[in-house]
Amino acid sequence: MSAVLAIAVVETRIGIRNSWVILAAGILATFSILLVLLGSGPSGAVDAHLLSVAVASLSTLAVYLIPLIALLLSFDAIAGEIDRGTLQLVLATPIARWQVLAGKFLGHLVVLAIAIVVGYASAGVLAVLLGGAGGLEAFYGLAVLTLTSILLGAVFIAVGYLTSSSVRQTGTAAALAVGIWLVTVVLYDLALLGGLLSSQDGIFARTVFPWLLLLNPADAFRVFNMEAVDTALLQTGLGADGLPIRGAAVLLSPVLWVIAALGFSVLAIRRVKP
Amino acid sequence: MEGFREMNRLVDITSVSKSFGAVRALQDVTLSVQAGEVVALLGHNGAGKTTLFRIMLGFLEPDRGSLLVSGNKAGSRESRSAISYLPESVAFPKMLTGREIVGLYAKLKGAPASDIERALESVDLLDAANRRCGTYSKGMRQRLGLAQAIVGSPQVLLLDEPTSGLDPVSRTEFYGLIASLADTGTAVLLSSHGLSELEARAGRVAILRKGRLVADGALADLQKNANLPTRIRVRSTAEKVDDFHRRFGGERVNCASVEITCASDEKMPMLAAIHASPEVVSDIEVMPPTLDEVYRYYSLNEDNKEDLS
Repeated sequence: MSAVLAIAVVETRIGIRNSWVILAAGILATFSILLVLLGSGPSGAVDAHLLSVAVASLSTLAVYLIPLIALLLSFDAIAGEIDRGTLQLVLATPIARWQVLAGKFLGHLVVLAIAIVVGYASAGVLAVLLGGAGGLEAFYGLAVLTLTSILLGAVFIAVGYLTSSSVRQTGTAAALAVGIWLVTVVLYDLALLGGLLSSQDGIFARTVFPWLLLLNPADAFRVFNMEAVDTALLQTGLGADGLPIRGAAVLLSPVLWVIAALGFSVLAIRRVKP
Repeated sequence: MEGFREMNRLVDITSVSKSFGAVRALQDVTLSVQAGEVVALLGHNGAGKTTLFRIMLGFLEPDRGSLLVSGNKAGSRESRSAISYLPESVAFPKMLTGREIVGLYAKLKGAPASDIERALESVDLLDAANRRCGTYSKGMRQRLGLAQAIVGSPQVLLLDEPTSGLDPVSRTEFYGLIASLADTGTAVLLSSHGLSELEARAGRVAILRKGRLVADGALADLQKNANLPTRIRVRSTAEKVDDFHRRFGGERVNCASVEITCASDEKMPMLAAIHASPEVVSDIEVMPPTLDEVYRYYSLNEDNKEDLS
């Protein structure tokens, strides 16, 4: 166990020292602050629901940003380290390969969590300064968004490991990571939308579509957070009644994805010949 | 005595073969390293040294044969606990300091924290220990690699061309450190490009050629078995050199010298004959075969024989 922690500490340290945390937190903070400022409106009048609105917008944005940041953090973890020759020594020690992955996962998760907490917190701080923080409920919403964003990030860190330990070249891993991002957060939704439009009788919409939506961890994240922010839900035209499962159960999708992706990564890294 | 030696056979390679497609990287290689022994594995690039090391670390499975490290199958957790590895071009995350890197490997090997300072001190990196290793020179990186290899007091040290990139002073210190580790019972297997680089520090030399072990023995035995000719260079004077050349043969060098090549068993009679003719000889220089020549004999010469047959 101490070996796993040692790797986690090293990964976190590297993430902080190579400015990874600052960069990711900076990107998230910039968008968070922009969304709060946009929410304050052109009239300059301070809305008491400033933070709630910002959280709703942030959850939409996070679907694109968080997977990208997580994949960038993890695609290099195995193939890249073997390319550079830094992983061979670790694999030659008594530590098991699944422990190497577990340590990296913990370390990268901490790096991502720091970036998310710092980035989102800047929205909260700004809203308080502008006097639009609203009640405790808004902060609860921000906390829920933070935790679910970390969960969403965990999915794509694990998926990044799977690509990184399945290919030999770090360049291939990078291309795969970009492809996965594009498919999960853009193309998948477009395909679902196309399916909805073409199946006029509604069978697809009622039976297959909800499950397909939840199958995608990014969509599950979106559904959960929109359900939490009911104002946004009205605009999507997708009632929560249409979903086979509701509330926190929706998050089962990203949780299962984390477990599956890490499991397959362990199988893949066992076959790696450094 | 035999039983004792068997027990101390920390590296036991038996009839190991490995092919990559049509390339036969290792063919029926048998080699052992006892506790306290320093064995040098020599061979050209592509001779199979690194493949053998990768099998020893469990990164590759041999096609045939068995490879035991400290009595355990190579690659098993127990064998990896016993072995420490220093790759040819060692690389570390640039953002970490030397002390953090050695600390990481101490944790991974379950070594006590006191090992960290001791290892850094023995490779003379204490002063640079708090600097990020991205700022290290190649020699310092190599020494840091050695420091991570010796934490946890491994039973077996596996060093892939450990002295490449080291200056002569560091190289001498390196072999001193290896000798002191071997004195405490560590089995050391190191690879190298040539015999001359070893400076006769290894107790035993094994030479791989195209995946086959073509030599395995003490350096002196290898020199003797190679039976390479000795060169005798005789300096005469410009007037008498023709006379000498007529009597003894050999090859004219410069205007006043002759170089005679003779097998090792003809050396003494030849020297005696030259000694008996002081009127045409002003100086004698005897040049035994160099380590490079011995190495070339084993790693190249047999190629030519095969080509002829």
